[in-house]
Formats: sequence, C-alpha cells, structure tokens
Amino acid sequence: MSLCLQARQLACERDDRWLFQGLDLDIRSGEIVRIEGPNGSGKTSLLKILSGQLSDYQGELFWNGAAMNEAREHFLANLLYLGHAPGIKSGLSPLENLAWYQALSGESGNEEQRLDALEGVGLAGFEDVPAGQLSAGQQRRVALARLTLTPRALWVLDEPFTAIDRYGVADLEKQLVAHAQAGGCVLVTTHHELTASPLLRRISLG
Amino acid sequence: MWAFIHKLGSPKWFYAISAKLQPWFWAAAVLLLVTGSLWGLAFAPADYQQGNSFRIIYVHVPAAFLAQSIFIAMAVSGLVFMVWKIKVADMAAAVMAPLGAAMTFVALFSGAVWGVPTWGTWWMWDARLTSMLILLFLYLGVIALRGAFTSRDSASRAASVLAMVGVINIPIIKYSVDWWYTLHQPASFTLTSRPTMPTEMWLPLVIMVLGFYSFFIALTLMRTRSEILRREANKRWVQDLVKGQVVNAQAEEAR
Amino acid sequence: MHSSLHDASQSSLHGSDTTQQVSAVLLREHKGGLMTAVKATLERDLTLLLRRRGEVLNPLVFFALVITLFPIAISPDPELLAVIAPGLLWVAALLAALLSLDSLFRSDYDDGSLEQLLLAPQPLVALSLAKVAVHWLLTGLPLALMAPMLGIMLALPAGSYAILALSLALGTASLSLIGAIGAALTVGLARGGVLLSLLVLPLYIPVLIFGAGAVQAAIFGDGVSAHLAILGALLAASLMLAPWAIAASLRISING
Repeated sequence: MSLCLQARQLACERDDRWLFQGLDLDIRSGEIVRIEGPNGSGKTSLLKILSGQLSDYQGELFWNGAAMNEAREHFLANLLYLGHAPGIKSGLSPLENLAWYQALSGESGNEEQRLDALEGVGLAGFEDVPAGQLSAGQQRRVALARLTLTPRALWVLDEPFTAIDRYGVADLEKQLVAHAQAGGCVLVTTHHELTASPLLRRISLG
Repeated sequence: MWAFIHKLGSPKWFYAISAKLQPWFWAAAVLLLVTGSLWGLAFAPADYQQGNSFRIIYVHVPAAFLAQSIFIAMAVSGLVFMVWKIKVADMAAAVMAPLGAAMTFVALFSGAVWGVPTWGTWWMWDARLTSMLILLFLYLGVIALRGAFTSRDSASRAASVLAMVGVINIPIIKYSVDWWYTLHQPASFTLTSRPTMPTEMWLPLVIMVLGFYSFFIALTLMRTRSEILRREANKRWVQDLVKGQVVNAQAEEAR
Repeated sequence: MHSSLHDASQSSLHGSDTTQQVSAVLLREHKGGLMTAVKATLERDLTLLLRRRGEVLNPLVFFALVITLFPIAISPDPELLAVIAPGLLWVAALLAALLSLDSLFRSDYDDGSLEQLLLAPQPLVALSLAKVAVHWLLTGLPLALMAPMLGIMLALPAGSYAILALSLALGTASLSLIGAIGAALTVGLARGGVLLSLLVLPLYIPVLIFGAGAVQAAIFGDGVSAHLAILGALLAASLMLAPWAIAASLRISING
C-alpha cells in the first residue's frame, strides 16, 4: 500500500499576482511535507488546492496516478483536512462534534471510540461541555481528536499547532512522525519549527 | 469545432477577430436604426386607435426583446465559462449585464411614456411592464453580486450561477405574472397585444429590432475588447500591443 | 491534561506493538454511508437550532410584528383588512423566512465546518439539502402553523384558514430552497444580508403569486386545487434544481 499525490505545473494567481508558478510536487507515503514561506505567500491556498477545495488554479493534480477529477471520491475518502478554523460547533459538545465528523464519512461509530479519542487529546472530563465554553486550545484539541478517531492516510494540516500549549505541540509532533512511519503522509504548514527528522521534507514558497 | 471553441476562448485571438467584426456590426446598426426610425416615425401610418403615440412601439418592443435576449446571452456565457473555463465568455457576460439593465430600463421608461396617452398614467401594473420590472431587479442582483466579491474568479463564477438560476426562473416569472394579471384585470387593454398589424407598420419594427441587436453586438464586442485589455494588462501580448502603438505614434510624429 | 495526549502518542511510538501500529494506516475504499451522513447532519442542525431557541423564535415574532404594523398603518377596519389579508400574510411570512436565511450557512462558514462539509466523501447536494430541510422545518413550517392565528387578527374570511396554512407550508419549502442558493452565494461576503434579499426576492415572485392566489381563491370560493398543484410543481422543480445550484454556490463561496 502506498499513496501518492502529485501536482504538475501548478500555478495560482490571486488579484493579478502569481502566488506560485510551475510547481511540481510528489508527495508519497512516509513523508512529512512542510510548506514554508512568509505570510501571504500562498501556503493556505496551496493546501486548499491540494485538498481539492480551490478550483481557481492552473496545472494538474493526480491521486495515485489517476487524474484528480476521476479519483476525487477515493481521494476524499482518504483525506483528513484541518483548516485554519477548527471546524468545531460551539453549540455542540465535543462528543457530538466528533459524532458528526464520524457520520460524515459514513461511519456510525460508537461512543467508546469517541471517548477514547477525546481522552487521547487530554479532554477527558470535558466530553459533554458545550465546545463554546472550551478554550481555543481545547477546541483545537477536539479537532485533533479526529486524527485518531477517523484514521486517514493523508493528513493535510493548516497551522495545526495554533493555540496548542507546548506539551500538546510535542505530542502532536510525535503523532505526525508516527503517522508517517506507519506509511501515512502529512502535509503541513506551521510557524512552529519542526524537529529535524529523515521523514521531513520542506517546500518553500515565495 | 473544438479547436474553434478553444481558439475563440483565447483573449488574444478574440481581440483580433472582434476588431474585424466590429465595424460591420456598427455599420449594420447605424443603417438599420436610421432606416427603421425614419420609416417608423415618419412614413408608417398612424394607428387608428392610438394615433401617433403608438410609434413609441419602435423603441419599446426592440428594447424589451433585447432586455430578455441579453439575459439569456449572459447566462449562456456564464455556462460556457463554468463548463469550459473560457475567460472571454465571462468578460462578455460582465459587460452584458449593465447593457441588459440599461435596455430593461429603456423598455420600462418607454412603457411609462407610452402609458401617459394610453392609460392616462405613468404606471400601470401591466403584465409586460411588471415582468420587465422584475427583470431589472434580476439584472441589478447579478451586477451587485459580481461587485461584492473581492476575488475576481469567485465573482465571475457566482455571477454565472446567478445568471443561470435567473434564466431558468425568467419564463416561470413571466407566466406567473401573466396569470396574475389576467386574474386581476381581465380583458383590459395592453400596450402591445394588438390585432394583426399591417405590413407597413410591422416591417419598420422588424428593422428596428434587427438594428437594436446589431447595436448590442457591436457594443458588446467593443466593451469586451476593453475588458480584455484591462484584465490581461500584465500579459505579454497586451504590453507588446501597447508598445507597438506607442512606436507607431512616435513614427507619425517624426513624420 | 496534556499528559494523556503525551502518553497516547508515547505508547504508539515506543510501545512493543509499534510494528502493528505502523501497518494500521491503510488506504480505504469509499464506503458510502450517505444515509448516515444525511441523518447526522439533520440531527446536528436541529440540535444546534433547538439549543438557540431565539433563532427559531425570532422569525415568528417578526412575522407577528409586521402583521401588527399594517392595521396601525392602514386602518383597523375589518372589511378593508379582510381584502388585503391574504397578500399581507404571505408577504410578511415571506420576509420572515428571508430574515433567517442569512444564518443558514454563516455559522458553518465562520467556524470552518463548511469546508469540512465540502470535503466529506459524500455528495454535497444531499448534505446541503439536509441543511435546507432543517431550515424549513424550523422556519417555514412554524410560520405556516402560526399564520391562521394572525389571519384572525386581520379578519381573514372563514374557509380560507386551512388553505392559508397549507399554501404557506408548501410555498415556504420552495422559498427555503431558492433562498438557500442566495445564502450560499453570499455566505463568504462580510455584508451579505441586504444583497441576499436583492438576489432572492425577485425569484420568490412566482411562489408569492400562487401562494397568495390560493388563499384568495379560497375566499372567493373558487377551486384552489390548481393553485396548490402549481405550488407543488414549483416545489418539485426547486427540489430538483436548487440543490445543485446550492452546492455549486457553496464551492464558489469557499474559494473566497
């Protein structure tokens, strides 16, 4: 089993300015790819293009060798994307939030799994508190619980370390490495300096 | 066929071909509009019921035709843009919207002016005028939506979707308004549903309609060309074009 | 609190079962589960709205308030009110339904769950339809049930009350569907509210004509089945076409 996300001659233009041009990417199993660049260099746009959210680009995308248009369903079934905003409903409890995410991918799941996932991110005891009452870091942790709750091969994480304390940062970093070692693939932007690892690859924009 | 569509989609090619087409449409527009107006206003016989005031039909009906056609053309351009990502189609749609709104306004205004001698008032909730008014709101919606986005690509795609939604709704709106009108004001006198018109009355009307269409095509070509220059200003071919013109002008001056 | 996250990843990294953990990352085939996703989305939106009752009640209060304004502004004469009642009730209900549309996708857009909805391995058409269904259940349907009460206050002639509620129930479903297109188109804009009304109101006119027409026909004792049939046809057409437009519009809005 291996996965492979490829981009050929990728270019993105915003307001008459090229964010990037002629970008060729090969992202494979067992890699942590960090997209680097100053603010406004198009990191988020690149992640959104690679995760199939933006259509405003030139160039081609391939998933396991097939054109993205045809492989989109299979691609989405293996993608876990965490954006700038954590995607956590403040009116729902962490448990309810996770239940919706599980159901979105077509799994009913069960309470046990969700409780375990929440415990894994250090939110034991907060399962039924409305997420609106949690701190920004805790809300981010609820979102991060999806990494273990709904296992996916490709993780696309936009600034996942935002609002997380330094213990959480260290743990998340380990989790990323473990995922890559297990044959998964991580695509990440972050201002936080990742510990050097043979699995880590950097791509600079701007 | 495919090669042709894609060629048409290239702004540079469109810019070149439209330069050749444009004068013909302008010439046709001037010729048809002058002939049609002279014939319609001076030589066509007066209406036995409305007298000379019926002559406003030569502006009202072509404007109303065009107002509806432009919306359809705009939606088709939007579809072409969405399906084949042809940017010229979107540029054309962008310049068509204000033109269509203006035509709708002309149709409404001429209808109001016509209303004074016919109904004795500037406004009646006549089926055709009501539909026109709703069409004007649809145009204003498309224009406003396009203006509201900061990203041009999103603006183009949003305006295209709205134009397509609108064009599906236009016949529904038209039929419901007609139905509503007959229910509330049965058998009243409408502006343009006339018993058969004699040839010397409707022939100038046909000429005027054709003239309006030629005028619209010429104007759309012209405005699309300037839109192309505006949007492609940082492209090589546009810069070369501008440089070439500057060089020519300098050469002229030197002579 | 942090330590447990720490421990969890520690064990997976350095535990004896590392190799088994490693083989755990597999590519999955798309499994379907559309009904699960749609049902969960329905439940989620219902729960969210029922927890913020104000958002459900506001359109209803607005409806009652607007209806109160008309006798004050025009005349309390029951005969006059009875003539204009069908139209007033329909226009006020339409505006009340419009009022709540802006928030249909807004909170999902703000907290990032809209992009997650778009990335779900499920057809966006079905998921957005679920959201619209919740909007109708908690806005259109209560407005339809409340309308007869306000009809009494406007001296609506007897015999038209059931038709009023029925026409509103049918009509507001179309309004929710058509309005959701506008809401999806404007969700990415900072001040989408007024623009939303401008986009959507012209498209509401056919529903308004046949909805108010049904009530009037009931008052005059004409057959109402034609009106209701057309309202039903409009709903069927909206059901078929609007979800595609909503999905396309959401994709555009998420582009920013």
